[in-house]
Amino acid sequence: MTTRRDFIRASAVGAAASAASMAVPARFVEALAAPPPEVKWSKAPCRFCGTGCGVQVAVQGNRVVATHGDAEAEVNRGLNCVKGYFLSKIMYGADRLTTPLLRKKDGRYAKDGQFEPVSWDEAFDVMAAQFKRVLRAKGGAGIGMAGSGQWTVWEGYAANKLMKAGFRSNHIDPNARHCMASAVTGFMRTFGMDEPMGCYDDFEAADAFVLWGSNMAEMHPILWTRVTDRRLSHDHVKVAVLSTFEHRSFELADIPIIFKPQTDLAILNYIANHIIRSGRVNEDFVREHVRFKRGNDDIGYGLRPDHPLELAAAHAKDPTGSTDVDFEAFKAFVEPYTLEYAAELSGVEQGWLEHLAELYADPAIKVMSLWTMGFNQHTRGTWANNMVYNLHLLTGKIATPGNSPFSLTGQPSACGTAREVGTFSHRLPADLVVTDPAHRKHAEEIWRVPHGVIVDKVGYHIVEQNRMLKDGQLNAYWVMANNNMQAAANLGNEGYPGYRNPENFIVVSDPYPTVTAQAADLILPTAMWVEKEGAYGNAERRTQFWHQLVKAPGEARSDLWQLMEFSKRFTTDECWPAELLDAHPEYRGKTLFDVLYRNGKVDRFGPGEVEAGYANDEAAAFGFYPQKGLFEEYAEFGRGHGHDLAPFDAYHAARGIRWPVVDGKETLWRYREGTDPYVKKGTGWQFYGNQDGRAVIWALPYEPPAESPDAEFDMWLSTGRVLEHWHSGSMTMRVPELYKAFPSAVVFMNPDDAKARGLKRGDEVRVISRRGEIRSRVETRGRNRMPAGLVFVPWFDAAQLINKATLDATCPISKQTDFKKCAVKVVMA
Amino acid sequence: MNAIATIALLASAMLAGCGAKHEETPHRAPSAPVLVSAPDQIDPLRRGVPIDAEATPPAMARVENFDRVRPVNYEKQPPTIPHSIDNYQLTRNTNRCMLCHTQSNAQTFHAPPVSPAHYATRDGTILEEISPRRYFCVQCHVVQTDAQPLIANLYEGLNTTIPKGSAR
Repeated sequence: MTTRRDFIRASAVGAAASAASMAVPARFVEALAAPPPEVKWSKAPCRFCGTGCGVQVAVQGNRVVATHGDAEAEVNRGLNCVKGYFLSKIMYGADRLTTPLLRKKDGRYAKDGQFEPVSWDEAFDVMAAQFKRVLRAKGGAGIGMAGSGQWTVWEGYAANKLMKAGFRSNHIDPNARHCMASAVTGFMRTFGMDEPMGCYDDFEAADAFVLWGSNMAEMHPILWTRVTDRRLSHDHVKVAVLSTFEHRSFELADIPIIFKPQTDLAILNYIANHIIRSGRVNEDFVREHVRFKRGNDDIGYGLRPDHPLELAAAHAKDPTGSTDVDFEAFKAFVEPYTLEYAAELSGVEQGWLEHLAELYADPAIKVMSLWTMGFNQHTRGTWANNMVYNLHLLTGKIATPGNSPFSLTGQPSACGTAREVGTFSHRLPADLVVTDPAHRKHAEEIWRVPHGVIVDKVGYHIVEQNRMLKDGQLNAYWVMANNNMQAAANLGNEGYPGYRNPENFIVVSDPYPTVTAQAADLILPTAMWVEKEGAYGNAERRTQFWHQLVKAPGEARSDLWQLMEFSKRFTTDECWPAELLDAHPEYRGKTLFDVLYRNGKVDRFGPGEVEAGYANDEAAAFGFYPQKGLFEEYAEFGRGHGHDLAPFDAYHAARGIRWPVVDGKETLWRYREGTDPYVKKGTGWQFYGNQDGRAVIWALPYEPPAESPDAEFDMWLSTGRVLEHWHSGSMTMRVPELYKAFPSAVVFMNPDDAKARGLKRGDEVRVISRRGEIRSRVETRGRNRMPAGLVFVPWFDAAQLINKATLDATCPISKQTDFKKCAVKVVMA
Repeated sequence: MNAIATIALLASAMLAGCGAKHEETPHRAPSAPVLVSAPDQIDPLRRGVPIDAEATPPAMARVENFDRVRPVNYEKQPPTIPHSIDNYQLTRNTNRCMLCHTQSNAQTFHAPPVSPAHYATRDGTILEEISPRRYFCVQCHVVQTDAQPLIANLYEGLNTTIPKGSAR
């Protein structure tokens, strides 16, 4: 077997001999034809979560044949989670879309037609005609786009330009709104600048980890390996896990805390109170680097403005308002949050709360706080983020190794694309906003478009987009790289009706026929992951690149190609007002493609600059290297402003680089003298996102959730993910091993709750809320242990659309939906 | 530092931006939706059921419990677990899996031992016991139920075809 051994050595250099034997499909054993095509290994970041693991991808004859954890990737050092290990299969579901599909009747587009394959030309002709119909009637105000934290950096950037400068619509918002908008507004309110100050190196330095509403064991498994490694290797290390039910992360917990939904707010204020009352405020730090604010309370629940809860809320119209206060006022504010009060409200034993509080209060303990959807998907999500920063700021435990409030991210480029590129309805790249004239002017200059092109009003956020589709305000809508029909709350009342509104034309770009595609009028087949050149930014500010490694199937095209190619069908005269063109006649008659992408910047690198040995279908199609041109134009926004990115080519060489990259060096801990080049010597810390260099401690109260169980709808419903499936399951449900590991959603339920309803494991039930219902089956065992009164239903299963039951209440500041709390009843079907 | 001043300026303006409202749009009754007819279903994961309908979910799948090692697709793919792991204790004090799969016990229990890579730390040091970073087995190794996949997967493994006559 010399040949085989040689082959393996040649193809997997450095790979340690594995105990597992290689499976050789039978057809290869029998077909003894030509020598096997060469195998080429290349690096790429994982396609799934915001951890940003590095993988090595083996390609043989235009097919991905294997993947494994990249030993040289700092994030994961050779490990992957089970999803990551099966990346090889995500592109090969048998139902990949390979041609555009348009609803037609009698040979023409019809809203009530059936999907028929059409050419790209016909697809774009119909789509452009529909967009122009809306442009003529309403201008850009009638056009919307739902984007994604799974867009590559340049796709998000190209989409942002097309919408905000081309169509003059700010109604572009990513699915990341559902995921970490509260983290963003939390960062902005406390630090004046987005994204974590620390990084993953904190995992190896911390003495304590506190999980605030995060099941890292399932949702960020590789980061959990780093927590586990630290905990099991060092006896003094403690892990606290807080949740509304017991999940796999509790297997490592020293301090396990199950609290009643929403009472995390009271626990946070109790800890602040504990720190103050026990005399452990870091007074020097607070005096030098912190100021205090009292935020508006009673801010409503982000429902439609005419909802009774909004009408009843004193500050529903001004949720972000605040007044300046001082330390004494803050001290008095948190004083009612005693141990007794917090224990009573949360249902947690006092002893556990004290242990938890001491992790923050004890100056000798370096503490890392970690959170994801438990905090962010919360009607007070922005507050929860602010309130955990309070604890780190009171104690000065911030921005030094191991002292790290760390907001974890759900999507691979929620940070890189949604946040840094600014694809939110209020944002522009590098933390700029559309409401600020100076910001708009700056963006217009970089984009080389006339002043006045960017609209000065905040656009519809993604929850509002569904409402506006239903109400007929938004009429031409493009959904890219997300499955929002399945993902958004209150599907039956606020999702589906808008897509099927006869006034609206809905376009969905996706590799697979999802439920969102099902609800659309036009489906565009889309290239995914290593079928295109890409860049993602992970949760620790690490920007990672990959090359196109294979060609997409059939006529599937990347989002980038779709955006740029579609822009050729519009002229400035069709999109911009006459006054603007009168003032800038040199733009008249040009296509949006000419103005946005052939602007002398995006098109300045030739296709010859693509690294030898790698294809680039977009460079071939457009005659220039758009990924590089878009990235370099985008990087202008951040360089010299604390968001510095390295030159394009550096990222293809490195296993990711963490911004700000100054003088060729990445930054591990921001805001701290010595590790952040933006912090002045002698200051110690500078929170330079705020003008005075100070971070803000926020006085914010506990407030009840939007909906709680009552006599009829008597249980809490929480939704979320499982390890084996990623988000809506459109990729992982097509991988046989992952499907077979967890094939259908179930209702995780406390055995006593089941018994009281005459139910046993496996029984079919209806989960009913005031908004809608699903059918599922009861699970009383397995990975989660539910407290009485709360059920958990994962949302990956398209056959059980649990978002028919959820409530579209959001944090009024971040507009992020609370998918963790609403009231349901569970009855035998 | 000039850059810092710029950032601060931008940031303060941004905060104001967060709460800004877009144009108010008049509220009105929506048009009746054009429903997608039942035969026109394209998402196989919906199992043929229209979005606005509900169907009986399939019976709960059973975990395959054969104890026969399944082949892997490629090197370094974690083998799936060919037996039930119900009630296996896996906590920071106890790891039921390693009772059988640790290299020293594997033979006794006729279990495949974990690969040597499992003994290496993040820094590459080889330990006597399984590396703490690999402690929670089910992050990579999962059971398989008897559920039949809804969609075929066309992945093909490494083509290791050896040309005739050149082997051996």
